[in-house]
Amino acid sequence: MLQNFIDAYSPDNLRYLFGGLGITILVSVVSIIGSFIIGSILGIIRYVKIKYFSAIVGFIIDVIRNLPLILILFFTYFGLPNLGVKPEIIPAAILAMTIFESTMLAEIVRSGIQAVDSGQMEGARANGLSYWQGLWYIVLPQAMVKMIPAIVSQFISLVKDTSLATIILLPEMLYRSQIIYGQNTNYIIPMFVAIALMYFVVCYCLSVLARYLEKRQA
Amino acid sequence: MIHIFANYGGTLLYGLGQTLLCSLLALIFSLILGTLFALLEESPSKFARGVARVYIEIFRNIPLLVITMFFYVVFPLYVIKMNGFTAGTIGLTLYTSAFIAETVRAGIQSVDPGQMEGARANGLSFWQAMRFIILPQAFRYVIPPLGNQFVNLVKNSSTLAFVGGFDLMYQGNVIASSSLETIAAYSAVGVLYLVITMPISYYMRYLEKRLA
Repeated sequence: MLQNFIDAYSPDNLRYLFGGLGITILVSVVSIIGSFIIGSILGIIRYVKIKYFSAIVGFIIDVIRNLPLILILFFTYFGLPNLGVKPEIIPAAILAMTIFESTMLAEIVRSGIQAVDSGQMEGARANGLSYWQGLWYIVLPQAMVKMIPAIVSQFISLVKDTSLATIILLPEMLYRSQIIYGQNTNYIIPMFVAIALMYFVVCYCLSVLARYLEKRQA
Repeated sequence: MIHIFANYGGTLLYGLGQTLLCSLLALIFSLILGTLFALLEESPSKFARGVARVYIEIFRNIPLLVITMFFYVVFPLYVIKMNGFTAGTIGLTLYTSAFIAETVRAGIQSVDPGQMEGARANGLSFWQAMRFIILPQAFRYVIPPLGNQFVNLVKNSSTLAFVGGFDLMYQGNVIASSSLETIAAYSAVGVLYLVITMPISYYMRYLEKRLA
């Protein structure tokens, strides 16, 4: 058994696995940045209540939030070619993650804005700022600070969710571990231990960070 | 999309049934497990708190799919054979129970500590006070987040598609590859997911507003 572990963790295999971790992090980081931008816009639209428009955007956000991410992955990777667009695997994964996560972040942004004391906006208006100026210079900066822990938590679930993209053959950790243990079934347990550990270390560090940020704010 | 419902209605309904069955089973078991670990975390014993902490951190920080694959791939080799549905439900239960434990713990902590002190002063043991005084009050706060957990559970049950669990997502793939109408097939599957998840999440939002 021990020998299996030693053989399975050969330098080549480890390098291959860590390469998968790199893809996981690449996809997660690009998606979180993209979804932060889109999510902020969507969240603000939902918050400011523009007639009809906000309600429609809100409904679309709710629809996407309530769908499984796997379904959205399938849509982007297998559905888009039917419409004449054939995305590569990594862009398809990033696209699906961004669509899904930006709706999650939209809700975080909206509740972050709502958590800012309404007196802030009133004060800004009383001092002669327009509604949008008050939102941009006074309310949003305070809301952003409040949102950070929730965004970090969302990032943790994003990192974990990248594993779902094995289904469209994204070459991340889980997928690569399957390739390794597909060659030698003795490597199954060592591979599961390795990827579970890698995910755990990344996500646990992030959750410690989220908790620390939350405490510092309280 | 309508002809997908017409031609593959039975397959889709079967998948919907499997998804619901798996979600309900996982909900029941993860409620039990999650409450248990929440209680352990709040218990006076340092050892029990440690055990609960380790359990929660492990299952919160490892992807659901890795847990499910572990039960699907590793378990049959060394322990017992199980089909995809069982492996998926076990994985889903363990994963969700860690989140439910955190939710229930937050609920317990939101109950005024004076309640526990009062109960202890009236001669109840710690566990009696938990059972009769704290938990009933905590569950009221916990219902909206638990409902959201159930929505997540239904969505996450789509990992059964990876292990041949014959759930809605799996059937959607079968239909997509046999009809070659991927968009229509996945849209039909999406509609069926929304039929379950949307009403629950709207109702939970309403409850949240009413409690606040």
